Amino acid sequence: MPSPEHVSEPLIRARNLTKRFADFTAVDGIDFDVAAGESFGFLGPNGAGKTSTMRMIGAVSPRTSGDLRVLGDDPEQKGARIRGRLGVVPQLDTLDMELTVLENLLIYGRYFDISYVEARRRATDLLEFVQLTDRAKSLVEPLSGGMKRRLTIARALINEPELLLLDEPTTGLDPQARHLVWDRLYRLKQGGTTLVLTTHYMDEAEQLCDRLVVMDNAKIVAEGSPRALIEKYSTREVLELRFPVGVQETLDGQLDGLGERIEHLPDRVLVYAADGEAAAVAVHERGLLPETMLVRRSSLEDVFLRLTGRTLVE
Amino acid sequence: MAGARGAGLRIPGVRKLEHSLFVYRRIWRGTFFGTLVSPVLYLSAMGVALGSLVPTLTAFGGVPYLVFLAPGLLAAQAMQTATQESSWPLFAGFKWNKTFEAMVQTPQGVRDIVIGHLYWLVVRVGIVTGVFLAVAFLFGAVNSPTVILAWPAAILTGVAFGMPMAAWTASRKTEQSFAFVFRFIITPLFLFSGTFFPIEQLPQPVQAIAWLTPLFHGVSLTRSLAIGHDLDVVILAIHALVLIGLAALGTLIAFRTFRKRLIV
Repeated sequence: MPSPEHVSEPLIRARNLTKRFADFTAVDGIDFDVAAGESFGFLGPNGAGKTSTMRMIGAVSPRTSGDLRVLGDDPEQKGARIRGRLGVVPQLDTLDMELTVLENLLIYGRYFDISYVEARRRATDLLEFVQLTDRAKSLVEPLSGGMKRRLTIARALINEPELLLLDEPTTGLDPQARHLVWDRLYRLKQGGTTLVLTTHYMDEAEQLCDRLVVMDNAKIVAEGSPRALIEKYSTREVLELRFPVGVQETLDGQLDGLGERIEHLPDRVLVYAADGEAAAVAVHERGLLPETMLVRRSSLEDVFLRLTGRTLVE
Repeated sequence: MAGARGAGLRIPGVRKLEHSLFVYRRIWRGTFFGTLVSPVLYLSAMGVALGSLVPTLTAFGGVPYLVFLAPGLLAAQAMQTATQESSWPLFAGFKWNKTFEAMVQTPQGVRDIVIGHLYWLVVRVGIVTGVFLAVAFLFGAVNSPTVILAWPAAILTGVAFGMPMAAWTASRKTEQSFAFVFRFIITPLFLFSGTFFPIEQLPQPVQAIAWLTPLFHGVSLTRSLAIGHDLDVVILAIHALVLIGLAALGTLIAFRTFRKRLIV
């Protein structure tokens, strides 16, 4: 049996990767590997260093120090070659407002030296895939946010990339539009495309990522599959308590011992317990009367709260 | 192998030019009217109407004012078109549409964007000055066969302004300074670089300043070739070298400012 390294060299390999701008460190010595076919996520709040990391992977931002290999090459030596094999969905849409939906795809294909005939063939398929076929001749400007996002994804696929980089693919979209994007990304993942995405939505990370790293303040603070992270850093269930205004501040230890851990957020109290229902019963037995009680399963949000003491979306 | 593609010989900037042509195909109807009407208005108002008050010039072996004016306007039009193309529309690629941000995420690089913009200036100024020359011909304002060389001279004039302007534009955070450039640089140059009258009409010290302005060289080169009288190859070469130098310097600085803007 060959060793795993021989079977597949990682598509991305970062060691002590660092990015500093004049007066601050955006990425501070992070290590990670992304394997072929994997769906890998960077989860963290705004400003954690996710976008800077993505730009270094995408060979558009030189690293300050450390080591980085993407598709076997160094982005600083072989930038154009790497970019030719990547698909990039940037955080903000960079679509050409002056051109039509179809033209956006054609010209983007030309950047990869794809012939017009081939680009048109691929564009037709991709518009079908992102459900924009009927808008092919429309200008980009009047499209909804979700449609623009889908078009950006289609554009990123025109060169049949081996690796798709998505920087906050659904930020700013309404729930329906997000689910449509997720569905398309899920199909790509099923088809074997390697996805690397950043997000500050825990549900997005749970939906799409096989494995993820949690970033905070330019560093990686945890790594694993969503399930493993939840198992490691949280309890199975969470009891959320909301008290009438002013009451939470007077609780003064009355909840102690109800679960493994208690978090006081500005608007609610989280009780981390293996059995949320039992904890809820115990709250009543202690004579406490919260306005609402909700038992839910632990999520990556709880992992993040545990690791950083802060919520993801503030 | 997908990775092997693009490893062969490729000419930088061609894809960026294709992008500009894609956009132009969408908007040319809106701009073409101005391209056609502007020379008609200028040549009829200044060349024919005002020109009827101006006696035949002694310069160039004696030519009517219309014949003197047309090549000056041609060069000035090239300057204005190229500077315009390198201001708001180019800035949109950095800031509003982020076209260039998208481009550098593909195998295209900063070099392609800068050189592609240069190609585009040649095409765009070529169209505007080509139409201008056709109109001038219909007005009887050009008749020497050497006018065919005035066309590339005008295009060179445009590039000599367009590339330094592009370098400047890439370094701007906002678009506010563009209006300043037009009001305080382009318009005075337009008026005082020999477009409308020979600079010999100006006081001696001002003439010296005119020699230092790039448009003077563009106007002089274009006019000499358009009229084709007594061509002095050395003087023409000096004019051309000044313009080529400006274009080259602008391009080199643009490599830096575009890179600084796009690769962070």
